[in-house]
Amino acid sequence: MKAFLALLKARNLEFLRDRSALTWNVLFPLLLIMSFAVIFSNDTKLSYKVGVLGSLENLSQNLRETKYLDFVSFDEKEIAIKKVSQHQIDMLLELGEKPHYWINSTSPNGYILERVLKGSGEQQFEKSEVTGKEIRYIDWALPGILAMNIMFSCLFGVGYVIVRYRKNGFLKRLKATPLSAYQFLVAQLVSRLLLIMSITVIVYIGCDIFIDFHMIGSYVLLFFTAILGSICMISLGLLSASRIRSEELAGGILNLATWPMMILSGVWFSLEGAPDVIKLMAQALPLTHFVDATRAIMTEGAGIAEIAPELITLSIMSLIFLLIGSLIFRWN
Amino acid sequence: MPSQESGFPLLKIESLVKTFGTFTAVDGISFTVKQGQCFGLLGPNGAGKTTTIEMMEGITAATSGHIFYKGREIDRTFLQEVGIQFQHTALQDFLTVKDNLDFFSALYHKPADIKHLIERCALTEVLHRDTSKLSGGQRQRLLLAIALINSPEIVFLDEPTTGLDPQSRRNFWDLVRELKAEGKTILLTTHYMDEAQALCDEIAIMDHGHIIAMGSPKQLLQKHFNMKVVRIPLQEIRLTPGITSTRQDGEWLEIHTEKLDQALESLIHEGVSLNQMEIRNPDLEDLFIELTGKQLRH
Repeated sequence: MKAFLALLKARNLEFLRDRSALTWNVLFPLLLIMSFAVIFSNDTKLSYKVGVLGSLENLSQNLRETKYLDFVSFDEKEIAIKKVSQHQIDMLLELGEKPHYWINSTSPNGYILERVLKGSGEQQFEKSEVTGKEIRYIDWALPGILAMNIMFSCLFGVGYVIVRYRKNGFLKRLKATPLSAYQFLVAQLVSRLLLIMSITVIVYIGCDIFIDFHMIGSYVLLFFTAILGSICMISLGLLSASRIRSEELAGGILNLATWPMMILSGVWFSLEGAPDVIKLMAQALPLTHFVDATRAIMTEGAGIAEIAPELITLSIMSLIFLLIGSLIFRWN
Repeated sequence: MPSQESGFPLLKIESLVKTFGTFTAVDGISFTVKQGQCFGLLGPNGAGKTTTIEMMEGITAATSGHIFYKGREIDRTFLQEVGIQFQHTALQDFLTVKDNLDFFSALYHKPADIKHLIERCALTEVLHRDTSKLSGGQRQRLLLAIALINSPEIVFLDEPTTGLDPQSRRNFWDLVRELKAEGKTILLTTHYMDEAQALCDEIAIMDHGHIIAMGSPKQLLQKHFNMKVVRIPLQEIRLTPGITSTRQDGEWLEIHTEKLDQALESLIHEGVSLNQMEIRNPDLEDLFIELTGKQLRH
């Protein structure tokens, strides 16, 4: 235990005194998120989106020919109503015997569409109001960007450092002490976990000060998910670095691990409409599960039951990475 | 020099072999390090010294053979009891001398008194300095302090003075002599023959993975040389009576002789100027060349 704490302290000191790396770790994600918030703040809409339950055929000619209205068909009522609450569609229509419409009471677009509907001389629609804050792109992307930042910090921060230790002989020096590989790896994991969680909290608070973003779920659950996701990423970093001696090769392998995740894990765009092969590939990437879970908590207020599959997957992946990593680990 | 006969065998190496693929780095060597002794493993680069010491440190697994410490075959618990200074040791970045000492100290059950170590290795002035900003000598002293951090009975020093300036080397030798005076057992590898002569009670000379000679420096020199070395500026001379052999050493000619009077007489007789002459006893360097036919100086 004494040895473990000493390792932890030495590694933390090394990280904290490396000012350039520390600054980079905090500033980079903040700047990234800020710039996205600025870029996507002026998304002026040119049309109004109206969701229709069932086929669009049933719509009256009059409504359909109204300019600047886009109609989207939905099969499931629940999903469509959620979209109204999240401002992804401005109004939802249900046709048939009991015509019904839903608008969001906080949406100006909903109000205008309501007037349009009443003025169009259609049959009497029953009104329902839902409430909910608009989910802008930044609200949707922010959980992913935070998770992605954790991924980069863990993979490069752990992987690169271990390869550097091995290359310059520090690991060999440690092998000549009574320290075990297991103690060393766990200390690396815990050290990086403490650092990345502190940094993520700082970045999160920083974003909260400057951007009013969406967070309707449980903070405890979000924190827990971030810990689990970080452990998974650190384990993957340890696995990637378990045998390599060259920093160049390590850089290549870490890039090979991070790039597909950055693109395919749904950080920047939803994979809903992607081909099945891509969706399947995405399921194999830990970041996908990490992003899905954090996004569900922040934008939809998901509880632990709803994100249990993601949390279980992350745990299993962590165990596999750690197990293989410690089995094939070499000091020199 | 302390008596080297008194100690009991602390470390015993038996038929140790290490092969890397088809290359045999260490080829069945055996030797014994007695308690309180400074044992030197000598040889040129690539002789197998570091591989031998790394097998004892548990860094490299031996292909075959045995290593006994206090009569028991060594395992990882041996690492609690041995002090190790590597040939090249990198330390963590951004840590001070004190941070490093604290760190290594925590890895052992029976750590030494850090304050005492700091004084003895003259680290007080640089205690809060980042290790990347230490001079070569300061760094070596820190590495020695780390090697002593578990109060070891036996200390492995792998080429501890390679790359140091002459002043730092002398200072380091003084530290090693102090350790000896305290009764610590030392296993030292070096390719500096003067270092071995200055510090070691017993030496084993290695070449191509074999031990080619072993004994105290004095014994070895007596066994192989009963002669003097006369150095004169390089010139052509005849092999007259009394001169055993000659050898060129840079701008000098070294004349080996078993009968000094006779050799000097014949040199004067030949009209060779002796104004710049030096006479010395043969050293380990000469011994090494005698044994291997190779120059060792770097």
